[in-house]
Amino acid sequence: MSQEVLLKVKDLRTEFFSSKKSSVTAVHNISFDIYKGEILGLVGESGCGKSVTSLSIMQLLKDTPGKVTNGEIVFDGVDLLKASDAEIRDIRGGKMSMIFQEPMSSLNPSMRIDKQMIEGIRLHTKMSKEEARNHAAEMLKKVGIPDPQRVLKNYPHQLSGGMSQRVMIAMAMSCDPKLLIADEPTTALDVTIQAQILDLMKKIQKEEGSSILLITHDLGVVAEMCSRVIVMYAGKIVEEAPVEVLFNNPTHPYTQGLIASVPKLGSGVKVLPSIPGSVPDLASMPQGCRFAPRCKYATEKCRTQEPDLVVVGENQRCRCWLKQEG
Amino acid sequence: MEKILSLKNVSKTFPVGKSLLGQPTKFVHAVNNVSFDVYEGETFSIVGESGCGKSTTGRLINRLLTPDSGEIWFQGKEISKISQDEMRPLRKDMQMIFQDPAGSLNPRMRVSELIEEPLLIHTNMTPQERMKIVNELLGIVGLSDKHAQRYPHEFSGGQKQRIGIARALTVRPSLIIADEPISALDVSIQAQVLNLLHNLQEKYNLTYVFISHDLSVVEMISDRIAVMYLGFVVETAPKDMLYKNPLHPYTEALLSAVPIPDPNYKKERIILEGDIPSTINLPKGCPFAARCSKCRPECLEQRPEQKEVEPGHFVSCHLY
Ligand SMILES: Nc1ncnc2c1ncn2[C@@H]1O[C@H](COP(=O)(O)OP(=O)(O)OP(=O)(O)O)[C@@H](O)[C@H]1O
Ligand SMILES: Nc1ncnc2c1ncn2[C@@H]1O[C@H](COP(=O)(O)OP(=O)(O)OP(=O)(O)O)[C@@H](O)[C@H]1O
Ligand code: SF4
Ligand code: SF4
Ligand SMILES: [Mg+2]
Ligand SMILES: [Mg+2]
Repeated sequence: MSQEVLLKVKDLRTEFFSSKKSSVTAVHNISFDIYKGEILGLVGESGCGKSVTSLSIMQLLKDTPGKVTNGEIVFDGVDLLKASDAEIRDIRGGKMSMIFQEPMSSLNPSMRIDKQMIEGIRLHTKMSKEEARNHAAEMLKKVGIPDPQRVLKNYPHQLSGGMSQRVMIAMAMSCDPKLLIADEPTTALDVTIQAQILDLMKKIQKEEGSSILLITHDLGVVAEMCSRVIVMYAGKIVEEAPVEVLFNNPTHPYTQGLIASVPKLGSGVKVLPSIPGSVPDLASMPQGCRFAPRCKYATEKCRTQEPDLVVVGENQRCRCWLKQEG
Repeated sequence: MEKILSLKNVSKTFPVGKSLLGQPTKFVHAVNNVSFDVYEGETFSIVGESGCGKSTTGRLINRLLTPDSGEIWFQGKEISKISQDEMRPLRKDMQMIFQDPAGSLNPRMRVSELIEEPLLIHTNMTPQERMKIVNELLGIVGLSDKHAQRYPHEFSGGQKQRIGIARALTVRPSLIIADEPISALDVSIQAQVLNLLHNLQEKYNLTYVFISHDLSVVEMISDRIAVMYLGFVVETAPKDMLYKNPLHPYTEALLSAVPIPDPNYKKERIILEGDIPSTINLPKGCPFAARCSKCRPECLEQRPEQKEVEPGHFVSCHLY
């Protein structure tokens, strides 16, 4: 892995506007880099802003009340927030592509799979229709679809959950992206096919030097795939660390809780440890540390002042007063 | 224990492709000759490869689909062919949590209306009583009453999934078919939801048919498990037997592929070679033969029948 940056996200802020004046901030000034050829994990509680971060990078908020209101997103030398629509269209689905979290509703319901895939492929390559169709079938085969010719002729509603997800993956990988954003890419897949998909991702990382931003709540997948991991909580990054450090020595109390609640095969427990309480609502964030209402170490200071994200070790950042005393 | 649900030789095909006369030319054999019993108060899980027919089985039980053949008994009543009108009152006792939360929530309804709807259909509660339950359930699945007036598209993937769960719990059914109910949730909320399902079960003797591909979760919550492959149930057993002593070669491979949340752990995976057969032309013999390392000549010729190898442990494989 090189230290050359492929994607630089700086102070990214994304808000959802319910009217001209009132908005909620889903992503709150986050910064991170993705290096060429690395697999970076992004984890965090449901609703913490992982998908909104990736949709912001992909410039896909247009159809929502969401808007990037601050920051920079530089991909392969191009400032995406300043790029023209034509430039974005050229990059999206080509050099940068995304596997969406909700495959069943991300596919066009009224278009057959072959049409959707062929259009996508031809937009970014010089392939003929025939070639694009063969390529589509080949990609479906690679993601473990047993009967690509049948699936090509199907409409999305005729596919199972995992089949739609794999169609989505095949589409995202069909133009050898430099950056693949994979938002919960294997949630609908059983372990054997998941293993196959993960191998395929590792393969494009090794052979094509692609970078992957892997969003997942499956810490088993994180352990297996990623070199570095970012942990988000309530719209902010709370910890960033190399994968071994994150599992063996998590520093943020939220990360510690996360690691402790993983079900392990053969552990024989009936009730899992979970982090008590729930994520604060975007419209009413606590004043100090956003994790304070749920944190067993919270002090008065935590409840009134928000800690910064600071370097706490080699390649490790953490946002917690416990780590920055004095 | 009482049987609450029983499937007997249930099959379902879907037509694909059309001839010039508009007749279907081929069929996807989504569910083949499936039989199992589910007892009151237990968690019965269905696991298996993507596309093996789990959701279709769920939709058949819930009668969103009608089987081509076979019988489905629910609370002592054969329901495989009854009309939707006859089915409607039964749905109070049988709710489904859908795999695709986004697609199963009406985008034009507010969250409070979505969760309230089953109460409107199945009870005579006053609006106040309904709202009380709605708010309670929102809290239980980790959302707040502030969320109640928003529309589904304003929620993250995991939040939508929790709305689906709240919706299924409103009328307190006796059977819940939960199709990948926690797949979009992070581990901590998974734990909360699983603990919730567990507590409800203890309290109200709820029965779950739990569809999932997460074998660690399945191990934790199930009493008995059915493993499906290519539309067939290939193995059914109480949880401990299945995990300690998997008999079917497919179950063995499945259990060996579970990712372990430890970056230093190196595992021995059984990587399945060979192609998954097409569901249009089912293999003549064992459905798993093309990928089975223990395949013998008779496996290609004859479909293995279900045998009870030890009490309660059923397997369909020629090795036994
Ligand atoms: N279209 C929208 N309008 C208003 N709020 C939105 C919209 N989309 C997302 N949000 C809010 O932004 C926050 C972040 O959502 P996001 O989808 O990024 O979460 P996530 O981390 O991907 O969660 P999950 O793991 O559940 O998918 C959530 O609180 C969500 O309610
Ligand atoms: N309406 C339909 N029309 C045609 N084929 C269908 C239809 N619904 C399901 N199928 C097919 O039936 C098979 C079984 O699908 P099902 O959704 O039951 O799988 P599943 O086990 O739930 O998979 P997953 O884990 O991916 O959700 C698949 O081959 C699927 O394409
Ligand atoms: S800053 Fe305080 S409340 Fe926040 S995580 Fe650290 S100890 Fe807990
Ligand atoms: S019947 Fe034969 S092919 Fe099928 S699982 Fe058993 S050994 Fe393998
Ligand atoms: Mg998401
Ligand atoms: Mg399914």
